[in-house]
Amino acid sequence: MLNSLMSYLGSSVTPGEAGNQLWALIYVLIIFTGVSVAVIAMNWLERKALAHFQVRLGPMRVGPHGLLQPIADAVKLLLKEDIIPSEADKFVFWIAPLIGLLASFTVYTVVPFGPSQAVSDMNIGILFMLGVSSLGVLGIVMAGWASNSHYPLIGALRSSAQMVSYEVAMGLAVVSAILMTSLNQTGTGTLSMIGIVQAQQEQHVWFLFKFFPLGAIAFVIFAIAMVAETNRAPFDLAEAESELTAGFHTEYSGLRWSLFMLAEYAAMIAVSSIAVALWLGGWMRPFSHWLSGGAWDFVFSLFPGLTFLGLAAIAIRGTIRMPKHSLFRIQTIGLGAFAAVLSGIGLLLLGIAVGARAGDHVALARSADALNNVYWFVMKIAVFMYMFIWYRATWPRYRFDQLMSVGWKVMLPISLGVLIVTAIVGVIVG
Amino acid sequence: MTPVATPFFFYLLSGLAVLGGVLVITRRNAVHSALALILTLLAVAGLYLMLYAPFVAGVQIIVYAGGIMVLFLFVIMLVNIERTVKERQFNRIWPVGLAASGALLVLFVSVLVKGKALFPERGLPLPEADNTQKIGEMLYGNYMFAFEIASLLLLVAILGAVIMTKKKI
Amino acid sequence: MLEITTFHYLVVAAALFVLGVIGVLTRRNVVVVLMSIELILNAVNLNLVAFSRMWGGLHGQVFAIFVVVDAAAEAAVGLGILIAFFRNKETINVDEIDLLKW
Repeated sequence: MLNSLMSYLGSSVTPGEAGNQLWALIYVLIIFTGVSVAVIAMNWLERKALAHFQVRLGPMRVGPHGLLQPIADAVKLLLKEDIIPSEADKFVFWIAPLIGLLASFTVYTVVPFGPSQAVSDMNIGILFMLGVSSLGVLGIVMAGWASNSHYPLIGALRSSAQMVSYEVAMGLAVVSAILMTSLNQTGTGTLSMIGIVQAQQEQHVWFLFKFFPLGAIAFVIFAIAMVAETNRAPFDLAEAESELTAGFHTEYSGLRWSLFMLAEYAAMIAVSSIAVALWLGGWMRPFSHWLSGGAWDFVFSLFPGLTFLGLAAIAIRGTIRMPKHSLFRIQTIGLGAFAAVLSGIGLLLLGIAVGARAGDHVALARSADALNNVYWFVMKIAVFMYMFIWYRATWPRYRFDQLMSVGWKVMLPISLGVLIVTAIVGVIVG
Repeated sequence: MTPVATPFFFYLLSGLAVLGGVLVITRRNAVHSALALILTLLAVAGLYLMLYAPFVAGVQIIVYAGGIMVLFLFVIMLVNIERTVKERQFNRIWPVGLAASGALLVLFVSVLVKGKALFPERGLPLPEADNTQKIGEMLYGNYMFAFEIASLLLLVAILGAVIMTKKKI
Repeated sequence: MLEITTFHYLVVAAALFVLGVIGVLTRRNVVVVLMSIELILNAVNLNLVAFSRMWGGLHGQVFAIFVVVDAAAEAAVGLGILIAFFRNKETINVDEIDLLKW
């Protein structure tokens, strides 16, 4: 039993390719849990970071520094009355959040967290990701229509027009990155997500810096279209509070509303992972070619553990600065325990890294490798998630006609031009 | 990578496709029809995957389910008149239409039954790994001219749609 | 269970095609008629891809992509006509579109 469970760990392909359904299921469960936890963490972080941007404190009451606030929110949402408007189309109203959720979670089957850390490696990977994430708009449109109310309908119309328009520029930017994968000896590119990252590994350069500034321009276009695609500020016209109360989910409450939120944040992580895999070298650590060699590998493999130790240090600092009053005793103990858990994880990760360096235990070395890959991929995504919050705190909302003219008259021509110039430069150089 | 449990998935997907097709032509509400059509399109994309055509399946999902169906829903919302739901759904000549479709069905069945012997039992092996590359080479090689004409067709379609829908140009 | 052959796919495609034809010939709502046309095009595509599998070539798949392009153009123009017409006559029923019948 244990042998058959562990036999897969020695192979170097994804469970989908190996045809190992058990491990595919385990990966799916890990990714699902991880994304859900990330969404919860992101929820807390967004409220906290936005508050500090605006010189407020943000959630402070539930748990130390509001750390338990997402759980309190989840309990509130689950217990809330589930209201369906009487004139709504019941079936479509019921199925709309599920479509959005399915679309944003299905994408994760091909996200390459490492050379073998993905559920499956399709040879149409990026096409699949773009296609399935574009299905998310259907959920929004359905929700807006089924509510049978004016604000949701206008929100849904805006959001569908916006997403369809920005998908064009996004697709062209993606194509120019795929074009770069074909600049090798055989001259054949690939659409597979893992293949795209491996192409960057072979060419010793992140596509962001390839043919500077062509890769960078394509990346910037994708990064803008990505924000529009997920309906986030400054492109959040579909849910503009000051104009449409809450846009397409005005009539939703309780659990269904939280499904929309889950889908939105999961879609944000998904598009960020496309950007990371296509332009930021996926699971590669920074400077993997420049600072190569065993010693540097070891130094960079310490990063996961050090990150957790750093978080633990912040938590310990918070524990020390907690007011010395009997009312705060439980909070102090809780934060201290949190710091202890974080530092425990950090020490464990450091131990794995050091152990993989010291001994020649194959399983330890492999798991350290896998940890590093997943760590760098997740850290790059985290940068994007912080950018999403940063945008929201910084920029005012676009007007709808400005949004459309930026999409069609600026981003589309630039991305077409970048695609053509990339092709020409690719022919000349390669 | 060979598909697993092929007959089961074939019957599931084709059942969903046909069910969606039936719902498309019987629902009173156009939005429900659109939902059913999306179901059919996704099921057909699954059938393409089983036929070793991953690129066509991807195109089907992106262009049909992500693009054309959003356009349909958009238009349904723009011209949404509640009146049409309560009205007569079938036109006056529906018996003729049904008879013609029945005749077509009979034709199909007879052709399929008579021609069944012509089809080989197993398909020839089709490479899946470089499917996308091969299609790309064909599009820009054998079918270069057709490809250019298709782009021209799309341009004409864009212009036509804009001119017809815009009040003042 | 039985082996799935090209014949099975052709049966499914024929069923979808006939459903589409019924929709085009009997429904009054123009949007549903256009959707039925999409159904027909899908049946054709399924046939093309099934034949491409049968003969082991990719010509069928390439042609299916052209059909998808065609469907996109058709949907855009058809819905454009529909909106223009809806502005003038406030109806989207096929049998009330009779401006040429004088």
